[in-house]
Amino acid sequence: MSLLELRQLNKHFGGLHVTNSVDLTLQAGEIHCLIGPNGAGKSTLFRLILGEHHPGSGDILFAGENITALKSFARIHRGLSVKFQVPGVFKGLSVRQNLEIALQSRHRGAELEAEIGRLLTFLGLQSEQAQIAGNLSHGQKQWLEIGMAVSLKPRLLLLDEPTAGMSPEETHMTGEMVQRLNADGMTVLAIEHDMAFVRQVAHRVTVLHLGQVFAQGSIDEIVADERVAAIYLGQAHA
Amino acid sequence: MTGFLAIFRRLEGPQTVGRGPAFWGLFALVLAAALAYPLFSDGYTVGNTVYFFVWVFIALSLCLIWGYGGSLSFGQTAFFGIAGYGYGVLTINFGSAYGFTLLALVIAVAIAALFAVLLGYFMFFGRIAGVFLGIVTLAVTLMLERFMAQTAGPEWHIGSARLNGFNGMSAMPPLTIPWPGEPIVLFADIGLYYLVLGLLVFVYLALRILMNSSFGNVIVAIRENPERAEMLGYDIRKYQLITFVIGAALAGLSGVLYTVWGQYITPSSMGMTAAALPLIWVAVGGRSDLTSTVIGTLVVLAAFQALTIYGSQYALVFMGVLLVLTVLIAPNGLVLGVMNWLGRIAARFTQRAG
Repeated sequence: MSLLELRQLNKHFGGLHVTNSVDLTLQAGEIHCLIGPNGAGKSTLFRLILGEHHPGSGDILFAGENITALKSFARIHRGLSVKFQVPGVFKGLSVRQNLEIALQSRHRGAELEAEIGRLLTFLGLQSEQAQIAGNLSHGQKQWLEIGMAVSLKPRLLLLDEPTAGMSPEETHMTGEMVQRLNADGMTVLAIEHDMAFVRQVAHRVTVLHLGQVFAQGSIDEIVADERVAAIYLGQAHA
Repeated sequence: MTGFLAIFRRLEGPQTVGRGPAFWGLFALVLAAALAYPLFSDGYTVGNTVYFFVWVFIALSLCLIWGYGGSLSFGQTAFFGIAGYGYGVLTINFGSAYGFTLLALVIAVAIAALFAVLLGYFMFFGRIAGVFLGIVTLAVTLMLERFMAQTAGPEWHIGSARLNGFNGMSAMPPLTIPWPGEPIVLFADIGLYYLVLGLLVFVYLALRILMNSSFGNVIVAIRENPERAEMLGYDIRKYQLITFVIGAALAGLSGVLYTVWGQYITPSSMGMTAAALPLIWVAVGGRSDLTSTVIGTLVVLAAFQALTIYGSQYALVFMGVLLVLTVLIAPNGLVLGVMNWLGRIAARFTQRAG
């Protein structure tokens, strides 16, 4: 069953064709990685899916429903959730309060406290809960935001470079985190540059280039594809 | 019953400075002193204190919208003026019998709030934010000032209430409580003092509860990162609009009480200087905390008045200097800085004692 379907999605900024007739289907339960060189249109595609940008033409279907015209918050209510590229935590608030804000619309009272505790454990941030989120390390901020995104119990989790700025160990831990979430039934679409992460988690990979779907397949197929190597993996895998 | 208690637990929380028996003990002490104070003072001084208290509501409105919500409104005086003029028009037309002045207070505040619904709808649902919000709100208050200043002719009247242009409206009846025998008139001394003090305590505590509730959580979340707040499923436009309207009502309350206090209201109450001063009180006190805002406003107002007596033309210059110094030395506010410092000392003291 397809959970997300992008049909002939176009977005222009002036004369710049940022996404060009993008067709992409995500199966429920898969971990799908979106790769491509800078400026390929990956983040724009995310913003289209989230409703921060509106496509010039094309449709976005989520669980069979056309959500192209919906406002962002309404899409979140349908079961979408996102972790942004630049950590989007509430910097001036404590870690605990960050999670409370994410959880409070679904839980109240003692149940809310329990959920916050559970999430702090999942993220390994118990001892940092009273800290101001702006003072966390970069990796911890990334986890905190993943935690906030996950706390909505989304059907589809969008991750924009979840491991940017992380050490190899942290990257691996993030990969395990994503796999655990996926095992619980969460579908994941991740933009990622870190090939170790992609190799660790991705069931399928889509390569975006100049706003178009350039290639699609398993990570091995993508790495074996010489055309892809030419545009993107050249430097790393030559 | 438990729900009722839960509300009171919200008096303390991450959004407000001050917690525990020490803080509330001090609060009770200050309140007791405020209650007893008119008994040891003269009518003029008490009236002057009422004047200070009146401004705290508009300061709190700015604290809510700007300090907590992150939207700088430069035009809270628009709501102040609308409600002040509203009270004047209503009471000059319908008098003060049967407790109408109290109803007029409520109606005037409601008119200001309604205007905020309209203005706020276009601003927030039109996604106007940041400095543009400040520009739009400032333009609105200056426009209202200009408009009211040119209403000197006899053709400018609402019912029997003349608008009087630059000289403003005066001689509206003070707040009057109907009472068997003789109605109680709250002149600008002890009577009005207790009413305004009561309102002040109520508003302060209600805002503490509001800001520490889940609603308050969303408001500060929008200040910290509006995009993230929306992507947690909150329709931030709605939250911003509600905050703006509550703030407008508070500014309106300030306007009505000011009009009641001096029995006059003029267009300059919506002018540039009037619009800028609350920003200074709130910035100097600490815009992101209610208690700091109240203390800061009262201290700066008292200092400003003292300065005006000894050198009127320098008082405004001093206000500007004070704002610059605050921004440079304690960008989050001087009072808030001191309170946080005291809080740290208290925490260290408790740790050592424990």
